[in-house]
Amino acid sequence: MEYILIFITAIFVNNVVLSQFLGICPFLGVSKKVETATGMGAAVAFVLVIATIVTYLIQHYVLNPFGLQYLQTIAFILVIAALVQMVEIVLKKVSPALYQALGVFLPLITTNCCILGVAILVIQNDYDLLTGVIYAFSTAIGFALAMVLFAGIREQLSLVNVPKGMDGMAIALVTAGLLAMAFMGFSGVDKGLAALFGV
Amino acid sequence: MNNFKVLMNGIIKENPTFVLLLGMCPTLGTTSSAINGMGMGLATMAVLVCSNIVISCIKNIVPDMVRIPSFIVVIASLVTILQMVMQAFIPGLYATLGLFIPLIVVNCLILGRAEAFAAKNGPIASMFDGIGMGLGFTIALTILGGVREFLGTGKLFDIAILPEEYGMLLFVLAPGAFIALGYLIAIVNKLRNA
Amino acid sequence: MKKLESSLKNMAIVLTGIAVVAGALLGYVNELTKGPIAEANAKALSDAIQLVVPGFDNNPAEAPESIELNGATYKIYKATKGGEFIGAAVESSANGFGGALNVLVGFDKEGNIIDYSLLSHAETPGLGSKAADWFKKGQKGDITGKNPGQAPLTVKNDGGEVDAITASTITSRAFLSAVNAAYAAYSGQNVDTTSGATQQATATETEVKMCENDSTKVCTGQCGHHHE
Repeated sequence: MEYILIFITAIFVNNVVLSQFLGICPFLGVSKKVETATGMGAAVAFVLVIATIVTYLIQHYVLNPFGLQYLQTIAFILVIAALVQMVEIVLKKVSPALYQALGVFLPLITTNCCILGVAILVIQNDYDLLTGVIYAFSTAIGFALAMVLFAGIREQLSLVNVPKGMDGMAIALVTAGLLAMAFMGFSGVDKGLAALFGV
Repeated sequence: MNNFKVLMNGIIKENPTFVLLLGMCPTLGTTSSAINGMGMGLATMAVLVCSNIVISCIKNIVPDMVRIPSFIVVIASLVTILQMVMQAFIPGLYATLGLFIPLIVVNCLILGRAEAFAAKNGPIASMFDGIGMGLGFTIALTILGGVREFLGTGKLFDIAILPEEYGMLLFVLAPGAFIALGYLIAIVNKLRNA
Repeated sequence: MKKLESSLKNMAIVLTGIAVVAGALLGYVNELTKGPIAEANAKALSDAIQLVVPGFDNNPAEAPESIELNGATYKIYKATKGGEFIGAAVESSANGFGGALNVLVGFDKEGNIIDYSLLSHAETPGLGSKAADWFKKGQKGDITGKNPGQAPLTVKNDGGEVDAITASTITSRAFLSAVNAAYAAYSGQNVDTTSGATQQATATETEVKMCENDSTKVCTGQCGHHHE
């Protein structure tokens, strides 16, 4: 039950993009079409889960035992960068179709702050490995959901006349604001569910 | 290009926030007040200036193929140093900015300037580029923070200007960040095209 | 100077070199800032204790007592003056609207609340975050001078006498339950100064629990109503 709660909270209540402001760059950058948004969402989900597992293991089996916590940032970002490269190489060999679909987005993921952010949050919140993975996966779903919804709106938006100064990023940001407001409607849902499940 | 031009370029012509649209996560995430925005801007600027100088100095001894990983290590080290120094001497601000301090590592502004400027220019020019871009970023974050703080709570830099009841709380919350930045960019667009 | 070419040997040397320099530098800065960081943390804590139980002449932060109640751990910092016990600061927490809400509550030796300090929270800025001042002396939800031992503190909506923060009932409930729990830990631990405190503490404890259950129930029904 606790896991379901984490799942729902991470997707709707504390949405990674719309309420925590992580991963804004791809959210604004590659959300002009639903298709690319879906691809980006999937690529992030893939890397995020693997990165969370690897960084968790590094923190608990390398950094903590040797008292090297201060190397956390540097270790995590290197792991994520290397991981993205590896995923790219492996994907190219194993599943060219999937590589075709996700390939373009992979290099962009290294500088997607939601990966590093989630990896650090899992350590900060003292999650165990399973909870961490569920949290990472739910966060990724939340990211993908926000991306796809936003891309859907922007596709419609490209068909209408926008005042000159507002065109482009300005109107996109205001739209994102409205989307964030809609997601605010979910706030408190986690408390209700917690009471319902008796957690 | 002379150094003054490099400096002003970052503040106005290629303002990282309003024009280049780089580093959006901290821009939106830490600007709930003018002070917070300014703190985040200055922290980013410190890393940016140092990373620009270091990278410009080592650019010739780093082979092209390992350029990006080397730059990332340099930036991550600088961020970690900043983290430790802030924790020791300004713990209050460090606690407020929270997760966004380690996340300076993945701020595309820093790696972007390293690639676009520091890897091609000398240390002095790179330093001015760092200061210019950093100031541009700081000014933008302070303005955004100020607008949000004023509209949201009626205060500016923590000084009450309007009674609290007049604040539109929305602007302090997440949606207000997007909306305020959207309108600020629209205003800048308008001014640039005028 | 000519750029180094990308041969395997060059790349390995450069990467290792940069990593070694970075590692050494970080280790050095870490050593340098270790002391000041510990000092800054200690100062933050002792400042908070000074605020909530003023007038002591010992060093309460030095040897806190940990006490376990209902599976949660509470830290109690005892304040004495001239060797005589004058009160204590209790670190307590509760689940607020946005996450954990940590609070340091100061009690005098009768169990009356002197003052409190909100150590950390994840409440909505401008709404729940008002808890930092709302319950202080002279503010709308003043809890100073009250004794949770006589009746656990609850908000008016739940039949209590404390004014909840406007539009932030959940935060207010969480805050008060943290204060009540702090009292339970304080009085349970402090048998020799308050007569019959052990009994009192168990009573408070169960009531705290009941009140928590209550508040979650009320919350499901009223969430849409309060902005939080």
